[in-house]
This record gives sequence, structure tokens and C-alpha cells, in this order.
Amino acid sequence: MAHQSGPSGFLLTTLDSAINWTRTRSMWAATFGLACCAIEMMATGAAHNDLARFGMEVFRASPRQADLMIVAGRVSQKMAPVLRQVYDQMSEPKWVISMGACASTGGMFNNYALVQGVDEVVPVDVYVPGCPPGPQSLMHGILLLQDKIMAREIVR
Amino acid sequence: MTDEVFAPLAERFPDVDFEQVLASKQDVAHVPLDRYRGFVEAAHNVGFDVFVDLCAVDYLHRKPRFDVVLNLLSHTNRRRLRIRVGVPASDPTVASITGIFPGANFYERETFDLFGIVFSGHPDLTRLLLPDDWEGHPLRKDHSVGSVPVRFKASPKTS
Amino acid sequence: MSDTPNVTTGDFEAPTIDRPDDAHTATSETAEERRRIHDLWVAGTEEPSWLRGSTDEQSQELLDRNSDPALRLSQGIAVDDDYLFDDVTDSDELQILNMGPQHPSTHGVLRLHLELDGETIVRAKPIIGYLHTGMEKTGETLTYMQGSTNVTRMDYLSPMHMELAFSLAVESLLGVEMPERAQAIRVLMTELNRVSSHLVWAATQGTDLGAVSMMIYGFRDRECILEFFEKTTGLRMNHNYIRPGGVAADLHDGWEDEIELIIEKVTQGVGEYEELFNGNPIFRDRTMGVGVITPEECRALGVSGPIARAAGIKWDLRKVFPYSGIDKYDFEVPVGKHGDVWDRYLVRIEEIKQSLGIVKQVLETMPAGDYRTLDRKITPPPRKRIDESMEALIHHFKLFTSGFKVPAGETYAAVESPRGELGMYIVSDGREKPWRLHARTPSFNHVQALPTMMTDSLVADIVATIASTDPVLGDVDR
Repeated sequence: MAHQSGPSGFLLTTLDSAINWTRTRSMWAATFGLACCAIEMMATGAAHNDLARFGMEVFRASPRQADLMIVAGRVSQKMAPVLRQVYDQMSEPKWVISMGACASTGGMFNNYALVQGVDEVVPVDVYVPGCPPGPQSLMHGILLLQDKIMAREIVR
Repeated sequence: MTDEVFAPLAERFPDVDFEQVLASKQDVAHVPLDRYRGFVEAAHNVGFDVFVDLCAVDYLHRKPRFDVVLNLLSHTNRRRLRIRVGVPASDPTVASITGIFPGANFYERETFDLFGIVFSGHPDLTRLLLPDDWEGHPLRKDHSVGSVPVRFKASPKTS
Repeated sequence: MSDTPNVTTGDFEAPTIDRPDDAHTATSETAEERRRIHDLWVAGTEEPSWLRGSTDEQSQELLDRNSDPALRLSQGIAVDDDYLFDDVTDSDELQILNMGPQHPSTHGVLRLHLELDGETIVRAKPIIGYLHTGMEKTGETLTYMQGSTNVTRMDYLSPMHMELAFSLAVESLLGVEMPERAQAIRVLMTELNRVSSHLVWAATQGTDLGAVSMMIYGFRDRECILEFFEKTTGLRMNHNYIRPGGVAADLHDGWEDEIELIIEKVTQGVGEYEELFNGNPIFRDRTMGVGVITPEECRALGVSGPIARAAGIKWDLRKVFPYSGIDKYDFEVPVGKHGDVWDRYLVRIEEIKQSLGIVKQVLETMPAGDYRTLDRKITPPPRKRIDESMEALIHHFKLFTSGFKVPAGETYAAVESPRGELGMYIVSDGREKPWRLHARTPSFNHVQALPTMMTDSLVADIVATIASTDPVLGDVDR
């Protein structure tokens, strides 16, 4: 969506906001729960901390039907190509949240087995720190991503 | 130490050292490499028919360098048995016990993967936890932990 | 990876195994180039060059039936033929299906290679390692006080049990006894953890079989337990609470009322699950006679915990080799008969109830006293003592910078985790960090036992079987 100025720019801007609004209000996440963070992600989707109020209760197993990938957990060297493949299979527009310390930077496991930060493999939009981040932290990260999408501040 | 549970084993294998370690009296048997498989089979027949654990330890400056540690359990006698067999670095090969305990399959593969100890007679000795094209055996003591220096990644400016 | 690690490959050749012909399809130059340009345009980042390559692992593929030496092993010692099984000689009719590692029902990153004859599973091969974190290597770089943070993340659904196994192993090397209150707190925490882990099992078992609301119920009841954990330990998961020497902090004020609330809430929840499942004909049909494992197979494969008990083996480490004062409490151990998914479901539901009974007894009989041993060489002094005493300051400093030394020796300590026998084998060389830390995790054996349970059953039964096995991939791969 090109950012144009002038009278046609105004129409496009409103259209932009409308489209961005719809994108944020029903983001479906691809299930990419790997380790402990996956349990907290499931808890975020469960009844106590409800992701359904953001339109996100559905976690699609097929990446073709998802537009958000929450990398929840530690990414090992063996898993990295799989992660990339799943990311490639998602269709545009797509976003990535790196959940937890292990996904963001390798966490406490600074060793041979883990990819030190999932942004070495896929481009990340929001990093959520924590080990594991509680449901409230994850929701804060998701809402932050929604703000970024609305403001179209995602650098590609 | 030969109590009634281990007496038949001690008789058949006089070159095996039995000891009890620590206050919790854990039974350990030090078995020479060439008697390993026979001893495991005999232990299985005596009542230690539950496979618990198989791992290796790299003692680096000791001869023999590696120790393969096998943990067995007996439901009937309510005893545990730890079998330790020394494996030299020059020829790190030891008999596989998958014929006696099928549960050792993954454990021996993992030990091969992380230590490089070859289990002869194993049906499928390939890497288990690391990618297939990985080089090296990480849990050896002369392999570094592989840590990378902490980098502070510059985040894109949001204006 | 920024730098390749310093390795010595040793002076031997890795065994060569006959691999099937390399069926790797080479993509044409232009296709790769097009993909790269597309990636640049779309993502703005270039795919790292070390990631190029397929995700196929040739050695992990199923070998030709005639040349697969592990075929008999993976089919189990005693194959219980539930269905009329014609020996299929024509391998052209068999289809190979890959399940995972990214899959909603594999409980994590488990990959299964299945060989199917129609809907019947002829062979199954689990491929693991997608969550390998090198925790045993990291454990050698951490002191014994830091060790709990490492091991607690192995089995992330029962972190208390992992920490307890580690602490018991270190304490057996140290030769220290825990005060009674510390032991009682440990029992309280581990039994609550058993309940919360079984609730996650119930949630995933129900969801995998189609009862999607079970996920919500299971996690709803788990929340009150996690809140309790958060108030005492500071974290909902991966607590680093049970450390060698005792526990990290005393129970918080008002814990008795919370425990009563938890017991009430979870008991009510379990009542709901039984109402939903016990008489449900769909659930019964999908679980009875499915995923059977015999006691002989359990022993040979090292399968323990609810799976072995459902198969009929009367064995629970809490009764046979009691630890941490658990023999003071009165509880029963449910044992099944048939070893199928239904029996495992019944065993685990009963275990939840028994664990709540233990928690109630701990609540009623909690002794007063120290929550950690007073030996200042092992546990740090209370914070306010640091201002008063030089010795306390020195102890605190030494413990948190270099850690305490553990006498040389080796030990194996096992606890009964919700999944089975969880053991920790530690070799110490007399210094502050373990020489070797090895975790004997139950899910490793159970994933190995999956082919035994799944052969000759239907594709639809895979999901029920895996869910009833309750594997935690952090446990499997470490």
C-alpha cells in the first residue's frame, strides 16, 4: 500500500486504517509452541487470560491459514530449517512474535545446541522477554504488535 | 560385598568389583569391557530385568577415558544395580545390549551422538539428538560448550 | 552460528550404514535465485546461508523393509494383534507419511515417520532432537545452586520434580539431611505439581480426541495452582524453588486457605471431567483397547509411571524407595489391568485425587521449623544477617559467586514424576560444578515405546496414544 498524499491519499489512508484494523482484530496464530513458553501460550489462550477477546482464540495448525507466528520456546539447530520453512509457507502479511528469552536471544542456554535468537532465522516484529513470560506479558506483546500494525510501523 | 541378590553374579564373574557407595547404599558393579555383555545378560536373568538408564561419562585424564554407566532395576528384589564399564579412548567400542534390553536403543544412539562411543551390534547407530550432518561430539570434555559472545543487536529506529 | 565450536573428532571412524539412494532433488539455479529475491522483497532479510538445505534427514528415513535391522525391535517383542493382519510382502502398497515436527497433536516437536497400509500403521519411527538444548553440557558450567534453574526446564510441566531429583542427588553426595519442614514443603510442591501436570495431560488428551472444551477446563483448574506457585516461588513455571539444601523461601502467608480452595476447586473440576468422559461412548470407543503395552514390554523398554501402572505393574517410587518424607502420608497407588489408553486415563484421574489427599494431609500436619538446612556451607544466610555478621557476608559471597564444593563421587537419585521414573545421575570431582550431569527422563523411554504401542493400530489411534503417553519433549531431548 503506497503512502500517497493529496485527495486520493486521504481515501487510501482511511482504507489503510480500515484494512490494518481488520488485520489486527482477527490475527490467527500458527501453532509453533516448542517448549515451556508453549504452555504459557496455551494458558494465554485459555479461560483465565482470554485471547478470544482479541479475536485470537484460534491457533491454526496449517501455516497457510495463519498470519502470526509466535515462536514460543527454544529453537535448536535441528529445528531452525523447519522454522524457516513454516515461516516461508505463511502468506503475506505475516508477523512474528519471539516469545521468551530463548527465542529472543538464546536465553540461559548459550551453547552449541540452540540458535541464539530466532531473529537469525526469521525477521521478528515483537520480542517478549520472560522465562517464561506470563500470559499478561504475552498479551502485552500482542497488543504492541497490534499497535504497530495499526500505525504501519513495521519495517520490512 | 556379596549379598544373596548378587551372590550368583559374583560367583560367575570373579573379576567384577562390587561396591556400595554413599549412605544410601547404591550398588555399583565395575565390569571389565570384555565381560560386559555377558554380565548384563546374567544380571537380567538374576532379576534385574527393568532397564532404567544408560549414559557415558568422560573422565578425560583417566585411563580408560570413558565410562559407560548402565542402570538396572529389579522389581522382584526391589534393588537397583549400576554397572560401570571403562571404555578406552583409542578404541571407544563397547557391545550393544539392545538384544537384551530393547530400551537401550535410543540411549546408545544418544551416547554415540554426544560422546562418539560406538556400540557394536546396535541395529541403527545414527545421530539422535543432533542434526545428521553435525560434526563432533559435544559432551566430550575437550569440546567447548559452544557459547557465543553476547552481542547487543541494534534495533531499528522507530520514529 | 557465529563460530564453529572447537572439536576433536577422535581417532575412529563413525560406522557407515547403507543409506538409500540419495533422492535429494536439486532445485534449478533460477528457482533458487527467484526464491531468494522473493525472500528479500518480502522479508527484507536474507535467509542465512547456513540454513540452506532441505529438512530431510536421509538416515532417519525408513529403510527398505528387508534391510531394516531394527524392524523387529520397533515392532515390539510381543505384538498384540488387534486386527487380522496379512503379512504384506508388496512394499509398493505401503505409504510413508511424515507427522511433525510442527503438528498440533504431537505434544511438542516430535516427528514420526509412519509407514501405512491404508489406515493401518505398519511401522512407526520417532525422530527426536528438535528441542535438544544441550542442558547436560550447560549443567557442567553451572554451580550446584544454579543447577536447579537448568534442570527445571527439562520437564517443564513438572519442574518441581526435576528440581527435587537434582537436589536429592546433590544432597546424597553431600550427605546432609533436610529438616522436616523442608521435606514437607517439598512434598506439598511436588504433589501440587503432579496435579497441575495431570491437568495439562487431561486438557491435551481431551482436545486431541476432539473434546476441545477440555483444554479450557484443564487450564482453568490449573490456574489456581499456578497462582499458588507464583505467590511462594515467584514464578508460574520453572520455579527454581527446590534447591540443594532445602527450598528457596518459606510458604507465603495465608497458604492454608489457598490450599483448601485449590483442593475444593480441582476436586470439583475432576468430578466434571469424569462426568464428561467416563460414560461417553465416543471416548470409550476411542480409548479402550488402543495403544496397548504389556508389562514385559514395559520392563524391557524401561517404561515407568502411569503407563506401566496401567499395564499392571505395581510400582511407584514413592512407595518402594520413599524420599523426602513421603512415607509419612497415607495414599494409594492406582494400578490398571489392560495397559490401554482408557486404563491410563483412569490411573491418572485417580492419581489426581490421591495427590490432593496427600496435599490435604500435608496441610494438616505441616511441621514448624526451618525451610532449609542450617549448614551455612550450603545454604545462604538470611538477608538481614548479612548486615550484622561478617561471617554471613562471606558465606553469602562465596555461595553466590563460586558455589559450594561437593565431595567427589557419583550418585543416582530418582523421584516419581507425573510421567514416570525421573532420575538424576551426577558425577562430582570435588569442585563446585558437576563433572557430569545426566538426567534419566521418563519421556525418552516412552517416546521410544511409541512404535510398540502404535503398530497394527489405525492412524486415528496415533493421536490418542501419544496423548496418553503424555510425553514432554523437553524431557525427551534435554
